[in-house]
Amino acid sequence: MIDQLTVFLANEKGRLASACEVIAAAHINMHALFLADTQDFGVARIFCDTPHKAAEVLVEQGYRATVIPVIGIEVPNHPGGLAELLGYLDAQNINIEYGYCFSLNDERAIDVLKVSDPHAEEKLAATSYTLVNPEDIYALD
Amino acid sequence: MYFQPELETMTPQDLRALQTQRLAKLVAYVYERIPHYRKAFDAAGVKPEDIKSLEDITKLPFTKKQDLRDAYPFGMFAVPNDEVVRIHCSSGTTGTATVVGYTENDLQNWGDCFGRGIIAAGGSRKSIVQVSYGYGLFTGGLGAHRGVESVGAVALPMSSGNTKRQVQLMHDFGTDILCCTPSYALLIADTAIEEGYDPAHDFPLSAGIMGAEPYSEGMRAEIQDKLGIRVHDIYGLSEIMGPGVACECERQNGLHVCEDQFIVEIVDPATLEPVPDGQWGEVVITTLVKECSPLVRYRTRDISRIVPGTCECGRTFRRIDRITGRTDDMLIIRGVNVFPSQIEEVITTFPEIATHYQIVLSNKGPLDHVQLQVETVPEFPFDEIRKLQDIKKRLGAELKSNLQVQVEIKIVEPKTIERSEGKAHRVIDLRGEGK
Repeated sequence: MIDQLTVFLANEKGRLASACEVIAAAHINMHALFLADTQDFGVARIFCDTPHKAAEVLVEQGYRATVIPVIGIEVPNHPGGLAELLGYLDAQNINIEYGYCFSLNDERAIDVLKVSDPHAEEKLAATSYTLVNPEDIYALD
Repeated sequence: MYFQPELETMTPQDLRALQTQRLAKLVAYVYERIPHYRKAFDAAGVKPEDIKSLEDITKLPFTKKQDLRDAYPFGMFAVPNDEVVRIHCSSGTTGTATVVGYTENDLQNWGDCFGRGIIAAGGSRKSIVQVSYGYGLFTGGLGAHRGVESVGAVALPMSSGNTKRQVQLMHDFGTDILCCTPSYALLIADTAIEEGYDPAHDFPLSAGIMGAEPYSEGMRAEIQDKLGIRVHDIYGLSEIMGPGVACECERQNGLHVCEDQFIVEIVDPATLEPVPDGQWGEVVITTLVKECSPLVRYRTRDISRIVPGTCECGRTFRRIDRITGRTDDMLIIRGVNVFPSQIEEVITTFPEIATHYQIVLSNKGPLDHVQLQVETVPEFPFDEIRKLQDIKKRLGAELKSNLQVQVEIKIVEPKTIERSEGKAHRVIDLRGEGK
């Protein structure tokens, strides 16, 4: 599992900037950021160095922030890479709460998934898929 | 345990006789000394000597807040300044301040009233009582303080604010009883928990005497759980005297009115006719022993009812129910009467939602729009938007079924809603501003 920093934000001008400033002020580097937004609030999901420390400084500054374990899976960066993985999860009856993807380079992409099945990681580890180690993405706490 | 058993447990016959005698004396006193009352009684065609029984009280005219404002500053004082020892007044945020003076006897009587509440809360001469109501023109701090002194307990005059220090001294000194507004009690509890304490177990605190704003049973339960105490509701208002007019006993089932000092009536706010015991209406108070600022049939605008029957605690003073709101706190939303306390009652049934909340009223088109701003508790799994939206939906549906009013739920970031050190400001009314 890898640790994702999650921050609850009001859907108002400047809130994301302000949260990022808190992280920056703690000298914590961010590697990826994904936003899920609704009309009145948004949730920022972030990969950054020392995620637990990042959550701590945000909470100290009055933010609702926490660390959520998610699964990172390396997939080949070519057409159908993601579809194949999702097909496998569907066949295994593993439900996905949410997910997103990003490319590392021309060859490799990472799919990040939050799943409800507590055994999902074991099941994936038994396949030919490569699970991403936390230290490949960010500096550990 | 009673503080003044000879008064608190007197027979209804004796109490009636005492009230009748004091009422007759009061009516003559105000007629002679306060021009407003002479004028008002004359206009109503009633003379002091017409008041022979308690039932005759309905012949007397009501006193309204505006009457006090019109007499600003000292027009309603019945004694010259050399007998006045203290003045309190309202904040005046909604108009001219109302000014209330106290003689030394008035302060002693007030102290007795609050003292009864301290003893009912299990206090004694040995108790350390932390007074975290604001000290100053507001009646809470000094009123509670005098009560502590009347009992001979140890007063810790903290006033409100500086919450971390409140927590520290509460812990270091081993405070037994906390006196403050319920919203501030919650802030103190949350601060103690943030500081790493478990106040329910780490602190010897055993009781709270909390009033000056309406609160729901759910909010009481939350304070009791977090601090590990029994919370006693106390009632008062600056025009009569601060906290102490009525206070709960250990049964926590209604607030015993200090009937040796006050006559309480409940009237229909529209017709001003008295309502039967048990029925809700506006609380009307007549002061029986106040020397400086006596009031006859003062319309408090507070909504309560007489709790029927007698109390198992042995006190014979009648009880009023918790104040559900003020006639002027009552929100009229799309023609429906709503009290903020009703909204709070619903919120406290959702463990996922923190008890801090704010109601914002605005006009969107021709209809009133109600937005309720709430925070989730820190443990809430806010990572999943589905769960946030689910809680919004369930809270909205519950409010709709309880209030018959559509409420938009907005989940806000923690600390967006201002934490209160005194009375919480729950309602922001922007209606009319956009027109």
